[in-house]
Amino acid sequence: MTSTEISGGDRFESVQSIRDALKEVSYLADDGIASVAFLADKLGKPVLVEGPAGTGKTQLAKSIAEITGSKLIRLQCYEGLDESKALYEWNYKKQLLRIQTERGDNTEDWTDIQDDIFSDEFLLTRPLLEAITSEEPVVLLIDEVDRVEVETEALLLEILSDYQVSIPELGTITAKQIPLVFLTSNNTRELSEALKRRCLYLHVDYPELDREREIVLAKVPNITESLADQVARVVRSIRQLDLKKAPSVSETLDWARTLMILNIDTIDEKIAKETLNILLKYQTDIAKATKELSVDD
Amino acid sequence: MLKLLNGFVVELRNAGLPVSLTENLDAMEAVQHIPIEDREAFKYALGATLIKNHAHWRSFDTVFEVYFSLRGPEYKIGDGDGDSDIDEMWREMQEQQQNAEGNGGQGGMDGMTPEEIAQMLMQALMNGDQGMMRAMAKQSVQRFAGMEPGRPVGGTYYLYRTLRNLDLDSMLEKMMDQSRQEAPDDLTTLEERLEKEEYSDRIEKFKGEIEAEIRRRLVADRGAEAMAKTLRKPLPEDVEFMHASRDEMVSLKKSLQPLTRKLAARLARKRKHGRKGPLDFRSTVRHSLSYGGVPAEPQFKYPRPSKPELMVIADISGSVAAFARFTLMLVYAISGQFSKVRSFVFIDGLDEVTDYFKATEDISEAIHRVNTEADVVWVDGHSDYGHAFEVFWNKYGKDITPKTTVLLLGDARNNYHASQSWVVKEIQQKARHVYWLNPEPKSYWNTGDSIVGEYGTFTDGVYECRNLRQLEGFVEKLA
Repeated sequence: MTSTEISGGDRFESVQSIRDALKEVSYLADDGIASVAFLADKLGKPVLVEGPAGTGKTQLAKSIAEITGSKLIRLQCYEGLDESKALYEWNYKKQLLRIQTERGDNTEDWTDIQDDIFSDEFLLTRPLLEAITSEEPVVLLIDEVDRVEVETEALLLEILSDYQVSIPELGTITAKQIPLVFLTSNNTRELSEALKRRCLYLHVDYPELDREREIVLAKVPNITESLADQVARVVRSIRQLDLKKAPSVSETLDWARTLMILNIDTIDEKIAKETLNILLKYQTDIAKATKELSVDD
Repeated sequence: MLKLLNGFVVELRNAGLPVSLTENLDAMEAVQHIPIEDREAFKYALGATLIKNHAHWRSFDTVFEVYFSLRGPEYKIGDGDGDSDIDEMWREMQEQQQNAEGNGGQGGMDGMTPEEIAQMLMQALMNGDQGMMRAMAKQSVQRFAGMEPGRPVGGTYYLYRTLRNLDLDSMLEKMMDQSRQEAPDDLTTLEERLEKEEYSDRIEKFKGEIEAEIRRRLVADRGAEAMAKTLRKPLPEDVEFMHASRDEMVSLKKSLQPLTRKLAARLARKRKHGRKGPLDFRSTVRHSLSYGGVPAEPQFKYPRPSKPELMVIADISGSVAAFARFTLMLVYAISGQFSKVRSFVFIDGLDEVTDYFKATEDISEAIHRVNTEADVVWVDGHSDYGHAFEVFWNKYGKDITPKTTVLLLGDARNNYHASQSWVVKEIQQKARHVYWLNPEPKSYWNTGDSIVGEYGTFTDGVYECRNLRQLEGFVEKLA
């Protein structure tokens, strides 16, 4: 491993300072999130964030970028993503143009032109290359990494472990600064061992009752404490049911906002049932929750 | 520190968690940045570097508690005299209590009647006071568990003794009563439900505290390594269906869902990325016309892997019910990969349950209906494979086509009834494949009343399916 070359960053002082800073941009981190973010900076390692959809995985990267004052570079993964869209691409049209302009006078040698057209000027940087060539501090977010095929995953390995990109015509480009890298995954497939080994692993789950209440309080303006508490408790109750898709944090927030718009200050069964469709997106889930909430046991 | 970490990693590996050398080095580096006093952060630091699969977190958690439980000041074992803040608080609390009630009992908890303790515990739980709950847990273990150094019994024994004395089951009811009384008006059903969940959540937490306390004491007594060994639990994918505890069942169920999703994705990919089929002669000739009759562009047929038709015949008698349930859930979760799935369940009578799964999208509801509504008892409710197979053959045997794959699930413990294995033989002749899945370990096969060997000769294979890992492997092969 080349970990000796990669010196730890010092963006943060302690785990607590991260928590406080994140809180200021209204992202409420728990112990796990804060300590892993702290370590990622200290060890100069990427973080693989896994967890159910809508628990703030992407938001974490955004918030970290915000508190460190870094630029956020985002690579959205999808099936069929390849080198030319993730790493770099030669600007063929410009290269062609360059060759054509030379055609008139034969003063220049072929090798000169060759050297010329494979230079930085004709290189189109894509997110990954952009992240490591950037002069200013960068947070790189590789979103939904489980969507790419296993073979494409290998593209990421070099940049994740050594923070460098090898371009055959140009040589190896090494990072000017170590970016903070976050990879998110919804766990639709098992990621390769090689990738996992290079990352710190963070599982973000649905928040605990207290934290969820805090999140609602922080994100929904003017909500009263008692309503936030009720929202959090009803949502927790619903999550305990055996559902196809449990309500995510973002859906909780949507629900809280809806209740605010409707001018509701206490949730009763009727209101809960009427607005369930904001929390749950499957008819079977809604039917089940309706049934459960009305049965008293 | 280094030694401790090393022991820790060795134990993780012993527990079946894959920890590579680089991950180990990362952990070493990580702990230099995080002080061990910050226990939570320290735990997450180790977890982030060593554990790369959320399903393994529980095992990690247990090992961590064992190895690091005696570190950090606030985790010292309270020895009754009280030297930590918690004990301090505990005493204060107690004094208040005594003043309020006006009876001057002395000393620690020893002077209190069980009723008083229950009262205090209830107070602590009602207020949801973390520190109080921890103190209560400590004291209860001290008083009730009757732990003796060197006594060769497991932690569960002490846990049982403590819980029996505390009587937590009736606690929930009492707490509900109290909150009903305290509420200004009647609680709505929704409110009641929420209260109840809140309280049972707290009680669970309290149980956790007690367990942790017992574990701490045992570690102090026996040493971390010995303790870790007794607490070693299989990973969710290695839990045996037949011996899973209730907690394990829940975690099994949880890991089933992502597993089926992954399995479906993998199977779909397998279909899509299959090799090209044989030469399509007609198409090649047609394309050759644009080259003046020269077959310059050979055309190939698209492969059309046939989706098998599946018939699942499952024994749902007590001993193998859990296994049947999981297999049915798995099969229906990926039913898109089969052209048709029909399922039958039996004990000594047999019933078709396909409609239960058709009627609802919710697999667990269907399983519930299978367990409660299916008519599977013929005489006495003891497994009778012979009779069940006979009924199957008479009623549904004609539906078996050469495209059908038949899955037989069960331990083949026939209670010494007639085996009627000719049915399996007939099925094999008509169907494409017949497989038998047996949740028992291979070494138990054909012992006692198990006659899996007799049935097995007429199938295309008998597979041992003791855990989720083996089941997943089989299903992937099937589709």
